[in-house]
Amino acid sequence: MKKYTQSHEWVELAGTRATIGISNHAQEELGDVVYVDLPEVGKKAKKGQVICSIESVKAASDIYTPVDGEVAEINTLLDSSPETINQDAEGEGWIIRLEGVQSEQLEGLMDQDAYLKMIQE
Amino acid sequence: MTDKENTQTKTTALYPEHKRLDAKIVDFAGWSMPMQYSGILDEVRAVRSNAGLFDISHMGEIRVNGPDAIPFCNYLLTNNIETMKFGEVCYTMLCNNQGGVIDDLLAYKIRKDEILLVVNASNASKCFAWIQSQTQGFVVHVEDASNAFAQIALQGPNSQSLLESVSGVELEAIDFYSFAIGRINGIECIVSRTGYTGEDGFEFYLHPDAAKPLWRKLIELGAKPAGLGARDLLRFEACYMLYGHELDEQTTPLEAGLSWTVDLAKPFIGHSALKQQKEEGVSKRLKGLQTLEKGGIPRQGNPVIVKGKKVGHVTSGNQSPSVGENLAMSYLPKDIKIGAEVDISIRENKTVPAKVIKMPFYRGSVRTKKKSP
Repeated sequence: MKKYTQSHEWVELAGTRATIGISNHAQEELGDVVYVDLPEVGKKAKKGQVICSIESVKAASDIYTPVDGEVAEINTLLDSSPETINQDAEGEGWIIRLEGVQSEQLEGLMDQDAYLKMIQE
Repeated sequence: MTDKENTQTKTTALYPEHKRLDAKIVDFAGWSMPMQYSGILDEVRAVRSNAGLFDISHMGEIRVNGPDAIPFCNYLLTNNIETMKFGEVCYTMLCNNQGGVIDDLLAYKIRKDEILLVVNASNASKCFAWIQSQTQGFVVHVEDASNAFAQIALQGPNSQSLLESVSGVELEAIDFYSFAIGRINGIECIVSRTGYTGEDGFEFYLHPDAAKPLWRKLIELGAKPAGLGARDLLRFEACYMLYGHELDEQTTPLEAGLSWTVDLAKPFIGHSALKQQKEEGVSKRLKGLQTLEKGGIPRQGNPVIVKGKKVGHVTSGNQSPSVGENLAMSYLPKDIKIGAEVDISIRENKTVPAKVIKMPFYRGSVRTKKKSP
């Protein structure tokens, strides 16, 4: 089940591997994504710190990792087709996968209902 | 107007149309304006390949009337308004005594006793106050006419053919930077062949009540609504100035590469400062930059570095969809010439190499002015 951060990332945990992207709401706010500055595989990610950045025609915005872990996979599709984030932010437009993620790291994050409520306020 | 009213966001006559089209609305210079409709890149493509439609009613209009309208504007503005023909428009600078740019604007030479000045929304009240404060010794009446006009821009290579069927004026007869007064779709307008996109096109000034039918008609004819996001990207590719980015009161037209708008052979406010700067030479000049590596897009404020030393900052930067490169403009020391390599500090710990390139970055279907015989 997806969990969301106040800074509009989503994270979905399968075992110890977490897939991370930005919310559909965030991609709508960013507008056309033209570049994703993907991190290196093997990079250590520390909860709450900037892991990479996304550039749209409007602005650059930092992506914060919602959990601790190590970058195991990056979505290289975004190198050639960054617009995938606009088309499917919470699916094909995932950004990174972290390995070694503990499930208790998700505590304090919002479920989808709570997140949708937050963005409506 | 009370202070309370001053703080409220203003809306244009077309605001309900933007809402109807489900535009993303942003606050720009005190106005609620459409940022985008279908998406910035989609709108840029439409303008470059066909025709786009912009609500630019937030722009300010200042009417200068009276027997001294022409000499007064000639004293205020850097271009020569005396030698301009009636029916011509000029892109010109309103400077302070130091030669810094108060605003960059359009001047429409309508009659011997009437000039229409079109100023940036963000500078409208500042311009009006400045212009009013300079009237001593001139028989003129200066009026803030912003509420009297809606303004719509139709831009793109197919603008003229699209407009033909509803135009009561002979469009081909309107030269680049000229205007006609006549009917478009039965609506009385000032129509000028001007724009801010690098494409051929027209700008219409009309009564706000008449804006909606014209807007809808142009969409029906095939023009695509485009917002401020596309407008900024299009003007950036064409290297047109945006006040607050490339221009401000500490920057002179000579530094901005706008010496073609400055007639030093006549007196005007800022003349002596600009004459001196021309004689001594400028120390910085606006330059175009292209990054040499993918890996981050330059943005306004990013430092430009040569041999570890900051030499300037980015005034505007973006990824250009029409050129396919990451580009920027920046004021740089005069000795940094085309081909020179610099670094742009995109973020903390992130620097990309760039080279100085020629401006404009992109030239579309925009016409050039026919030379007078």
